[in-house]
Amino acid sequence: MSENLEAFRSEIRAWLEANCPAEMREPMKSEDDTYWGGRKAVFKSEAQKAWFEACRDKGYTVPDWPKAYGGAGLSAAETKVLREEMARINARSPLSSFGIWMLGPALLQFGTEDQKVHYLNQIARGEIRWCQGYSEPGSGSDLVSLQTFGEDKGDHWVVNGQKIWTSYADKADWIFCLVRTDKTNKYQGITFMLFDMESPGVSTKPILLISGNSPFCETFFDNVKVPKDQFVGTVNRGWDVAKYLLGHEREMISAGGAGADMVSAGALYAKSLGKNANGELDDPILRAKMAEFDVDVFAFRAMGERFMDMWKTGRAHPASSNMMKYSGTELNKRRYELVMSGSGSEGLEWESDESRNGASARTWLRTKANSIEGGTSEVMLNVISKRILELPGG
Amino acid sequence: MPLYHSEDQAMLKDSVAPFIADAAPVSHLRKLRDSKDETGFSRDLWKQFAEMGFSGVLVPEDKGGLGLGHAEAGIILEEIGRNLTPSPFLATSVAAASALKAAGGAVADEWLPRIAAGDAIIAPAIDESARHRPERTALKAERSGNGFKLSGTKTFVISGHVADMLLVAARTAGAPGETDGLTLFAVPRDAAGLTADPRRLVDSSLASKLTLDGVEVTADAVIGEVDGGWSAMAPLLAAARAGASAELLGVGQGAMDMTMTYLKQRKQFGQLIGEFQALQHRAAHLYSEMEIARATVMKAQQLLDEGNEGAELMVSVAKAKAGAATNLAVREGVQMHGGIGMTDEYDIGLYTKRDRALAEFMGDVSYHTDRVARLNGY
Repeated sequence: MSENLEAFRSEIRAWLEANCPAEMREPMKSEDDTYWGGRKAVFKSEAQKAWFEACRDKGYTVPDWPKAYGGAGLSAAETKVLREEMARINARSPLSSFGIWMLGPALLQFGTEDQKVHYLNQIARGEIRWCQGYSEPGSGSDLVSLQTFGEDKGDHWVVNGQKIWTSYADKADWIFCLVRTDKTNKYQGITFMLFDMESPGVSTKPILLISGNSPFCETFFDNVKVPKDQFVGTVNRGWDVAKYLLGHEREMISAGGAGADMVSAGALYAKSLGKNANGELDDPILRAKMAEFDVDVFAFRAMGERFMDMWKTGRAHPASSNMMKYSGTELNKRRYELVMSGSGSEGLEWESDESRNGASARTWLRTKANSIEGGTSEVMLNVISKRILELPGG
Repeated sequence: MPLYHSEDQAMLKDSVAPFIADAAPVSHLRKLRDSKDETGFSRDLWKQFAEMGFSGVLVPEDKGGLGLGHAEAGIILEEIGRNLTPSPFLATSVAAASALKAAGGAVADEWLPRIAAGDAIIAPAIDESARHRPERTALKAERSGNGFKLSGTKTFVISGHVADMLLVAARTAGAPGETDGLTLFAVPRDAAGLTADPRRLVDSSLASKLTLDGVEVTADAVIGEVDGGWSAMAPLLAAARAGASAELLGVGQGAMDMTMTYLKQRKQFGQLIGEFQALQHRAAHLYSEMEIARATVMKAQQLLDEGNEGAELMVSVAKAKAGAATNLAVREGVQMHGGIGMTDEYDIGLYTKRDRALAEFMGDVSYHTDRVARLNGY
């Protein structure tokens, strides 16, 4: 087994050497260096196109999905080797996609065979860009209070309502969307629907954020016709799908806390802060804060490893992803407060080339949403106290 | 290796947990405390530890032990922590056994089987000041004939008053602050010129101030190399720190469990206090911190058992994180218990005291946080 894995590793190394262009091993310069695929996709460079197509053809955009659904059919151990080898050369992700991160896992779990073959292949090949229609104005973390209504018209629904915080809705081709189909049952009256954003009656409006960017949109549905077969799971039981998907989303958001790099906060700022005669950072209070943060980062990384080990083998408490989400996002907010302190006045730059168009400041501002999106920290704490600690009260 | 207990480890836990909870619950500590027991622990219980194989958990099989690792020692330590069980286990079976195992030689051949048999208590004597600074060791060891003559003082020597042997860190060269020039000696407790002055600590345990007044030892007493004692001390420190982290975890978990039970029973304003969101959020935060501390301690133990070079860093992360999380657990414990949490009758206060003592042992949260910074080059 391990010998086969080593052979696989050599094979991957050779393949990466031949197929991953040098430009795709450089850190991204701005947010739009990410390739999102979709009908309206444009490649930023020849290298980006070549890298994406090479991965797509091997099934490496979703290496652990079955081949029939566009993946490479790799085992968990092989997938790990692939990711390690890609990380070793700092290869960029060939495709960013809510289809891969969120909808795909839900379809693998709840989709019909036809849906899997059709939608998963599209996702794996980056042909359709998806967005997520969960939040609504006034519902926020109380997701289940959503009002968007799908009226049953026999062979189709007519959907009316408004979504908010729909990431990249203005750039998406299709939406996976929670729609109320039974007003008499709060939890068992929601259907998980899929439909084309070009359907008549769909419109979007970007929301400018404090970070100066607008990845989020308001999305409006005005008598949108959705065919009756475009739902996942069971009609009125969409909450089951939504919860499953949220688990994945929280996993993804919480991973941000541990950070992709192994560089400690203090080591990162050793140069800009300068060191005293003892080789310590020049600002003792900031040094202490960074050391405390590093303890928490290394500790959280161990937690991430344990969480994944337990999650994959069914040992984790079903609500433990709420704990990961809570701790990871609070940690990531702390990280960017330190980034701003460590970079001093240079971190304030908003529009210069050297600052990569104010990447630090914009990311710092963006992280403030980490403990709001996907359920607030307060909601996570409610879930932990009720479901894990089993504390009393409604 | 996955970061959860293997089947064998789960089985070990299943035998350790009920045994310690039954033989040495918190009432066992109270009895020793109230009778002002001069040993500070139960010799009978220590014998039972040996019969169960616990005292030799880290001792190789060919020396009569179980030949297991830090992960398994941690399972025993966590239950010791949860029950506040007074025991020479951490000092003898974890710290001393690790140093002897790493150094090998005649001293190890003689003492490791005795540790496993429960016939020996060994106490590491490292600290010389109120704050843990092992590299600042100043206790002098001068060559004298065929051996060495040791002079100086040690403090916070756990089990020092009952030990059959002491592992004394001494300076044979260099200056305080340097890790080079240190030597670790095995000194019999009854050596002429050695006096142990035990002090009762806040958690009712006993730690000694040690005076060495020209104590003569032979060259055979050297553990590892002369002047190269740091390489014998490093495994001792790592084992003791990882071990203390595991015991802390047990203290924190015990305090947290007790507090959660209380939140589900105590009524005020006509409601169970566990219904109040102000307390629920703090409880959920505490749970998160304890879970992260647990993962970190397990990671440190695994890296130590693998001989991974990242173990040094992770051991300090674990001591800092377990220290902080358990401190939160005992502080929230007293606060959420309210007035009765302040009474001697309730156990939560005993957990608070034990946390303080364990946190201090082999470097507190600040020491290890600083060490994480140093190991990362800042």
